[in-house]
Amino acid sequence: MDGLFLQQLINGLTLGSVYGLIAIGYTMVYGIIGMINFAHGEVYMISAYLSAIGLALLSYFGLQSFPLLMLGTLLFTLCITGAYGWVIERIAYRPLRNSPRLAPLISAIGISLILQNYVQLSQGARQQGVPTLLDGAFRFPIGEGFLQISYTKVFILVAAFVGMAVLTYVIHCTRLGRMCRATQQDRKMAQILGIDTDRVISLVFVIGAAMAALAGVLITMNYGTFDFYAGFIIGVKAFTAAVLGGIGSLPGAMLGGLILGVAEAQFSSMVNTDYKDVFSFSLLVLILIFRPQGLLGRPQVVKV
Amino acid sequence: MMTRLKAHWPVLQQPVRDAGLAGLMALVVFGPIVGVVLNGYDFNLHAGRVAALVAVVMLGRFLLSLLLQSPKGQRWLQRFDDASAGGVQVLAAGHRSALRWVIPLVLLAAVLLPFFANKYLLTVVILGLIYVLLGLGLNIVVGLAGLLDLGYVAFYAIGAYGLALGYEHLGLGFWSMLPLSALFAALAGAILGFPVLRMHGDYLAIVTLGFGEIIRLVLNNWLSVTGGPNGLSVPSPTLFGLEFGRRAKEGGPLFHEFFGLNYDPNFKFIFIYSVLLAVVLLVLYVKQRLVRMPIGRAWEALREDEIACRAMGLNHVLVKLSAFMLGASTAGLAGVFFASYQGFVNPSSFTFFESALILAIVVLGGMGSTLGVVIAAFVLTVAPELLRSFADYRVLLFGVLMVLMMIWRPRGLIRVSRRGVSAPSAGASA
Repeated sequence: MDGLFLQQLINGLTLGSVYGLIAIGYTMVYGIIGMINFAHGEVYMISAYLSAIGLALLSYFGLQSFPLLMLGTLLFTLCITGAYGWVIERIAYRPLRNSPRLAPLISAIGISLILQNYVQLSQGARQQGVPTLLDGAFRFPIGEGFLQISYTKVFILVAAFVGMAVLTYVIHCTRLGRMCRATQQDRKMAQILGIDTDRVISLVFVIGAAMAALAGVLITMNYGTFDFYAGFIIGVKAFTAAVLGGIGSLPGAMLGGLILGVAEAQFSSMVNTDYKDVFSFSLLVLILIFRPQGLLGRPQVVKV
Repeated sequence: MMTRLKAHWPVLQQPVRDAGLAGLMALVVFGPIVGVVLNGYDFNLHAGRVAALVAVVMLGRFLLSLLLQSPKGQRWLQRFDDASAGGVQVLAAGHRSALRWVIPLVLLAAVLLPFFANKYLLTVVILGLIYVLLGLGLNIVVGLAGLLDLGYVAFYAIGAYGLALGYEHLGLGFWSMLPLSALFAALAGAILGFPVLRMHGDYLAIVTLGFGEIIRLVLNNWLSVTGGPNGLSVPSPTLFGLEFGRRAKEGGPLFHEFFGLNYDPNFKFIFIYSVLLAVVLLVLYVKQRLVRMPIGRAWEALREDEIACRAMGLNHVLVKLSAFMLGASTAGLAGVFFASYQGFVNPSSFTFFESALILAIVVLGGMGSTLGVVIAAFVLTVAPELLRSFADYRVLLFGVLMVLMMIWRPRGLIRVSRRGVSAPSAGASA
């Protein structure tokens, strides 16, 4: 247990908790309509832009204190990214409820191209950034060196945990969550019992987008820069996390995210940074080949 | 005025409400991203653009609602439901298309093209034909077998880098690498395909996407072999050892000297064009035949219902694998042509966007329709050349096209049609 290992463990956990938040969007949508939301990575990218815009707007109106600034940005980003989730469902998924299986996948790829290009056209192709909001770090002497945990990383871990806790509460203990779970189990039966399943599906897209928005705000805080192409790689990685944990399972998504984040951080410190994306993608391919149901998922049974 | 408005109110009520809601949503969605442009840590406001977008969305939604509640719109909606349900259109046994003279005419034009085309037109048409090849290959995988392959560009890259690496390390030229690249790509398809083809459709899409990215990242990072982002140079093709350059690079005889012609820099492109045209025609022919063979029927059956197919005794992995390998080898061929046309290869030609573009060709052309794919490949590659001023909006248009096509006609612009077979009459068989 040397310092570097621990340092990379902390880095991996922060990154992984954010992957987990994005993975929730994939896993919930997959659970409820059995389809991959290809545009989800782009939703994350949009939320990164929105968080920078929100920050710029709020500081323009003279807000200075960190908690207020953060709260305002989060609220702004969550609401508007949620609206994006709703619009994506309305345009790319709802009209295709009864079409061949490939159709919604292709339309979602279309949406992701549209979102990328639309952001590039309206915001320009250059990298954007946000100022550092939370300076400083905890330092623990370990062996010869230091273990450094920046306040930003602590904030990210706490915020991701709180986000997960709120979501778990909503899904397990509220009327809304019951409706979601009922629709997930059997859409037709839920409809017969008086649940407006179309609305529930919309809601799931909104919740997924809001979780991606939380991730977007947190990653933007940590790295400070992003561009219009940022959604693609992170989208695939978050999907890997969702598959690793077992697609359709909420705790699985979070667990998968953490494992992937830690594995990636350790790989880039021990083996090679250039190939860390190759590592994640290979992991995805291997999991899908050898354990497609993931860690916490149940094997799929095909019914005729 | 007011009374007339009141008389029309019941009709207008719903569209006005829809338009208002859509406008509100558009304001929320477009407002921050389009209206507040980041500039460092500061921003600039662009309220006009937002207003224009919101107005367009509201007007569009208003007209759409108005149309959909009219009797005509209702009928239109009805037809739309039928269209998405219907599959293949079966023609009568003796049916002859009224447009059958078009194909010989197009062929004639294609053969005559090199004699009067300038270099620019020639290069555009070569690019179009390369995409026809890619579209045909992916059409076998996505259109016929129903396997969504999002990493198709990886096989294209294997073909292109195969030519570059084969020349560098083994001294192999265009002609030997053409079949070898196809073989390598097919092999790569088999290696990837064998374990993943048992998977569910969407999982396959993601695995192939991951595979495509792995190939691109490796090409980008493995500096000692692939040259990294700078790429590799590719030799010019030769004809029986005759070179097309002005001066001999390899010491071989020159094409224009051998035939006693004046040197023309177009020779290389005319040569690539002719070989490419021959290969495209060959692939078209092979595909046309394959579709009518048992293997082609098996692909389509598998696309429609996998469980039923397996119950009928089809080995689904082998059937899928054959489609996957055939598609991959076509992409390998296209890669060789692309590399020799461009003269060098680098990883930026093989991004996910390229896969999406090829997918757009297949989707637009109609899944499984050969003619549609040929037309779509030319429309999507040649149109951006003509509309240079819209170059920035190219990706946006592809996206919009994909979404609209899926909503309006998930089976593509050109419906797949198949000639029916009439039962032989009793007299004839006796």
